[in-house]
This record gives sequence, C-alpha cells and structure tokens, in this order.
Amino acid sequence: MSELNQINTSEFRLTVEQLAYSYGQKQALKGISFQIEAGKFCALLGPNGAGKSTLFSLLTRLLIPPQGKINLAGYNLEKNPRKALSKLGVVFQQPTLDLDLTVLQNLKYFASLHGLHGKTARLAIEEALERLNMLERAKEKVRALNGGHRRRMEIARALIHKPQVLLLDEPTVGLDAASRKAITDHVHDLAARDSLTVLWATHLVDEVWSDDRLIILHQGEIIRDGICSDVTGQKTLAATFQTLTQSEAA
Amino acid sequence: MIEMFVALYGIIYREGLRFIYQRGRFFSALVRPLVWLIVFAAGFRGALGFSIEPPYETYITYEVYIIPGLCGMVQLFNGMQSSLSLVYDREMGSMRLLLTSPMPRWWLLFSKLCGGTIISIIQVYAFLAVAAIFGIHFSAFGYIAILPALMVSGLMLGALGLVLSSTIKQLENFAGVMNFVIFPMFFMSTALYPLWKMAEASPILRYICAYNPFSQAIELIRFALYGEFNGIAFLWVVGAMIIFMAGALWGYNPSKSAGAKR
Repeated sequence: MSELNQINTSEFRLTVEQLAYSYGQKQALKGISFQIEAGKFCALLGPNGAGKSTLFSLLTRLLIPPQGKINLAGYNLEKNPRKALSKLGVVFQQPTLDLDLTVLQNLKYFASLHGLHGKTARLAIEEALERLNMLERAKEKVRALNGGHRRRMEIARALIHKPQVLLLDEPTVGLDAASRKAITDHVHDLAARDSLTVLWATHLVDEVWSDDRLIILHQGEIIRDGICSDVTGQKTLAATFQTLTQSEAA
Repeated sequence: MIEMFVALYGIIYREGLRFIYQRGRFFSALVRPLVWLIVFAAGFRGALGFSIEPPYETYITYEVYIIPGLCGMVQLFNGMQSSLSLVYDREMGSMRLLLTSPMPRWWLLFSKLCGGTIISIIQVYAFLAVAAIFGIHFSAFGYIAILPALMVSGLMLGALGLVLSSTIKQLENFAGVMNFVIFPMFFMSTALYPLWKMAEASPILRYICAYNPFSQAIELIRFALYGEFNGIAFLWVVGAMIIFMAGALWGYNPSKSAGAKR
C-alpha cells in the first residue's frame, strides 16, 4: 500500500505544487510551487508577513490547504499524512519544550509520539544528543538551559526519528550572534553529511550561504528561486533582498 | 498498532510528570472538595433533610450524600484544568508538537484524555482517603466499583474540556468558562442536592439538573460507591462523551481552519 502511495519524485524530498491559502479575504499564499532535492539546504527568505509561517503550518499539516499538493519524502501529505509526517522533523519558531521536564524526559516524550520506545528510543536519543554535543545536559531541566542550548535541543529532538526532511521556522530568533552562527553552521553540516533536506525559514540574510538554494517569498508569492549567488549576482544578499522586497511592495 | 500504544504511554507519562511537578495543582484539587465537605456540609447538615431513595437504604447524613458530587467536582475541575493547559500549550506552541506527530489525531486527543482522566482518578482516591479519615467510608467493593465509573465520567468531562479548549482562542477567555460552564454545571446538578429537592424549588430547574450530563456522572459514581450499576446514567455519560469527543475532533480538525481569520 505504502509503495503504491509513493510518488515517483525520488530525487525531490520536498515538493510543493500550486499551494494557496487564505485567512478570510487575505491571501497568505498565492499558488506557490517549488521542489527541493535530497541533501540540500534551502533558505526560505522573506520579510515578516510574507507567508513563511503559513507555509510551515501547511507543510506540517496544522492547516490543510484548499488548493495545491505537498509531497514529503515521496508521500502525499493529504493522502498519506502518517507516512509523510513520519519522514518530517520540525523546529517551530515558538519553543515547544516542557520547561519543567528534563532534556531526556522531553526527548522521550517526543520519541513516543513517533512510536519509538525501549532500546531503539534510547539509542536514537543518545545519538541525537551526541550529534549536538548535548549528551552531558540530558538530565538537566530545560528551564536551566540557555536559549542557544534549548534551540540545539529542539534540533536534536527533531532528528530523533531520523527524518528525511527538516523544517526550521526562524530557529535563531532571540539568540545571540555566536549561538546563531553555531546553529546555522551545524544545520548546514547536517544537510551535507546526512543527506538531509533542509528548509530553513528566516528573515536574516547572514544565515544564508552563497551556495545555498534560496527561495525569496514576498506577499505570498515566490519572487526568486535559485542558488543564492546566482540570485544576488554582484550584489550582496542584503541589498538584493531589500531591493526585491521594496520594489515588489511598491 | 504498537506505535499508537507507545504514543499513548508517552502522553500519559508526560501528563503524570507534569502532575508530579505541579504539586500545587494536587493540593488545590484536594483542598477544594475538602472545604466543601468539612465547612459547607457541616453548615447545611441540619438545613437539608433527605428521604430514602436508591442507592441508599437508610437515612444518610449530608456529608455522605455529597461525597459522589465532590468526586465529580474533582473530575470536573481536573477536566477544566486540562482544558486550560491545552489552551496554554497551544499559545506556547507545544500543542503543535503533539499535532504534528504521525499518529492519528483522534488517537492523540484520546491519549490526552486518558492522561487527564488517570490524574483525576488519583485525585479522587486521595480525596476519598481523606474523607475516610474524617469518618466517611464505604465498602471495599464500593471503592473498587467506583473505578470504572470514574473512568467513564473522567473521559466525559475531559472530552468537554477538549471541546472548550478547541473553541477558546485566548487564555484570558478562560474566566468565561468558569462562569458559564463549570459553575452552572456544578450547581445545576445532583452534586449538592437531590432532584426532588430541586423540584420543590422549580420544576424547570429540576429538568435541567436531570438532563445535565454532570448529574448523570455523579449518579453513576453514587451508585457505584454502593456496588450498584446505574445503566441509564452510564448511557447518558457515554453518549455525552461521544458527542464531546466528536466536537473535540471537529474543533481540532486542521481543515476547519481553512479560510479562517487569523
């Protein structure tokens, strides 16, 4: 059954086709389409209100689109949500940790939500914590961790079930420059080393590397899609982004 | 299938841990019915007379009468507390984590309900233990027979909390739930006075009390405490639970938000 539902888009881990969504009269997404290959880090750059969070809600099935299709790791999100969601790791913009529980308790809870238990869960948790140098903090309460460590822990958590696609919605908001750089570098590394497909939503241009895939979302539409250096040409990304979003707005 | 039970265990485990860490919640859940039992019941002992009606076979004191109602009260407040924490979880974002799990959404919500119900049952037994210290005790079989009744009533009241949490958009609006759901549900029930007493005051109120699912939950608990099964109350409570659960599933359906204003 699962094989039948698997769509022949093997080279693309994330496919979005003609996706649209409205809040009442306000159109948040206007029929956007894009595809991301395995092992690619794709930055989704857009000013506040561009539709990034709406797109993430649709990709995580917190909202269901009235129009358009989403395929995650070859599974159609509408037709086969359980399979599709099992291949997806998410780091939300808002922290989703239980502050009164320890790091380990939080991770165990998450593992159980993905059906992992016993030795399998323990090994997966250890591996994820080790990868983010968080193993020694496992027994600490989340409340005792600083912002950067909490974020690292959320990334570790999103990797426990070994997803093929990782979504991060402005994951560095509120962090200092050093923590932001460490997390950005680490996720780039994850994409390259573990062949993880990453969609990283941000409005901060310094988090995007020149060889990253770049999608610029503005007012619910994709206004640029390509390798960052190709999109910017001779200009800096900051200047390109400002020009594009200002001219489109005008 | 095993994965679903792993998720159920995980959700109950988390609810349990949160309960252990929030000791204030446990003590307030215990103190609330005890105040009613010790202060309110003492004051009204003489004012309210009782006739002999099932499941009672002899005259009983007011303290004995209100015990099932106070058990229901513990579960009602626990259901609303769970609802409040769901609204908080949604505002804080942790609800997203639950809802993006690959498990079926109805199962996730049901697991949440089970977690809340288990917590409420622990609170009820703790209350009954303290009541026993104050000299109000029941047969050993009654304490066992009450367990399935508490499970059904806890699930029903928890499901009501889930429906409410799906409709309440902001934490601040929760005060309205106290005024328009908890208090009417509690006072217009058989928790504090029997139906015939209410009929003396107002026949309309008597009917509202009789059809209040909370009254039926209390009657289910009351009969169970005496080792008897109240089939009609059971059907009422299960029926209400199914309706509330369906409402919760509708409320948490992601397609419901389509086209909604943010």
